[in-house]
Amino acid sequence: MRLALDIWSVFAVTLGALFFLAGTVGLLRFPDTLTRLHALTKADNLGLGLVMLGLLPQVSSPLGWIGLIAVWLLTLLSGATVGQLLAGAVRPPDWDRASARDRDAGPSHD
Amino acid sequence: MTEFLLGAAAFVLGTVALGLVRLLRGPGNADRMLAAQLLGTGGVAVLLLLGVASGVRATADIALVLALLAAFASVAFVTGANRPDGEPVDAREGLDGQDAG
Amino acid sequence: MTSALVLDAALVLLVLDLAIWITAARSAYGAVVGFVAYGLVMALIWVRLAAVDVALTEAALGSGLTGLLLLGAAARLAPYESAETASGPGRALRLLIGLLCAAVVAGLAAVVLLLPDPAPTLAPKVAENLPPTGVLNPVTGVLLAHRAIDTLLETVVLVPALIGVWSLALDPGWSGRPGSLTPLRTGGPLTLLAQVLPPFGILVAIHLVWVGADDPGGKFQGATVLAAMWVLVLVAGLRRPPCVTSRPLRLVLVFGPLLFIAIGVAGIWLADAFLAYPEGYAKPLILAIEAALTISVAAVLGLLIAGQPTGEPQSGHRSGARP
Repeated sequence: MRLALDIWSVFAVTLGALFFLAGTVGLLRFPDTLTRLHALTKADNLGLGLVMLGLLPQVSSPLGWIGLIAVWLLTLLSGATVGQLLAGAVRPPDWDRASARDRDAGPSHD
Repeated sequence: MTEFLLGAAAFVLGTVALGLVRLLRGPGNADRMLAAQLLGTGGVAVLLLLGVASGVRATADIALVLALLAAFASVAFVTGANRPDGEPVDAREGLDGQDAG
Repeated sequence: MTSALVLDAALVLLVLDLAIWITAARSAYGAVVGFVAYGLVMALIWVRLAAVDVALTEAALGSGLTGLLLLGAAARLAPYESAETASGPGRALRLLIGLLCAAVVAGLAAVVLLLPDPAPTLAPKVAENLPPTGVLNPVTGVLLAHRAIDTLLETVVLVPALIGVWSLALDPGWSGRPGSLTPLRTGGPLTLLAQVLPPFGILVAIHLVWVGADDPGGKFQGATVLAAMWVLVLVAGLRRPPCVTSRPLRLVLVFGPLLFIAIGVAGIWLADAFLAYPEGYAKPLILAIEAALTISVAAVLGLLIAGQPTGEPQSGHRSGARP
């Protein structure tokens, strides 16, 4: 049982770390702020979730589990809303498709 | 297991460092805003791994505080709170090659 | 090569890189972002050195709150930046400054590396004298029992600091509300965040203060989280900042330090020394002081971020240029 839990931990944490790497690769390689934001919020939060799942068997007290899950839920919530906020700052909420062609001819194509 | 967790923490720290390189150089202020988000998620992951590896329960508290404050920092970036003329960070400045500062 | 060594080496390299970046950054904005990252990596280093209280304070205050204040400062200075860098110190002077800093670092490194082994420490003495205080966390014991006078002075000094910030107000704005947090546009995600996050923030703050007696935590960290939540609500436009002349606000600001001083003075009669706690009452008194201080310090920190009063009409939108 212990061995199975340890194997699960190693597997989940490794997968989580790989997702972090994927997020960073996206951050380095994507052409545009919005796509980088996408890589950052999606991949990194998924990586964090997997890391958290991997760490759950390693913590023995129920209070510890609650702590881990609370941290993950909070990061998820703030990551989701902040992602929307940052995207709105890069592209204003009153952006409409009619003027999109004009704007797209400008800075966001390179 | 401790060795593995510390190794995973070092790996995630490495990815955060790589991401930082991009963000600190990235043309324009928009990319710098992403730094708060990167540090928040990456930092929380590293702290959780370190906490479980060392067995110190309080490290999860640091992760909790970090999660709360990282969201807050991003909000500050975005709303341009404290900018004297009230303009939020103009994310488009610097995208056409000029560095904003 | 063990993973601990790899991790520590990575942390050291990262912090050195960030320090170089901050010094060499061309814009204040970039330097501040680097500083926030630097604070986080420092917090990780403190965790590796088993100083979790310091790590908590670094993450909350050193990186989070100070980073925010510096961001505001960088934003205000942005229009003057190019003029400043043009008239900055010349190359020779900068080289001299660099050499002197390197000399200081070398001196500190020499002192640390030449310490006798085992290094002189007061930890055993603190451990001996901890039981009468009733708390299990030696940091809290030192901060609130053995060296309570230092903590008293630290918290009292926040009030003049706030008065200093307020004194930057222009004459017409003196009795108004702090104006620098008014959002330009209130968006959906921001309102959601400001409605959902603060209850969790309050819970976390209470947890940090309560747990601070026996585990790493304490009032400064709890107060920072509370202040951040309050500023979040202000920035989202859900509440207006309080008028600086309001009496209840001023009462909240001074309540914590006053309670601390009162308990200290009472100690002169009840326990023979200023800030001495009577036998058996140490822990409840410490908890009372921590609770009162958390609220006061949170209010002060929030107002420090909110800036000086501007007396402008607060309709949710900024009105034109400042006088």
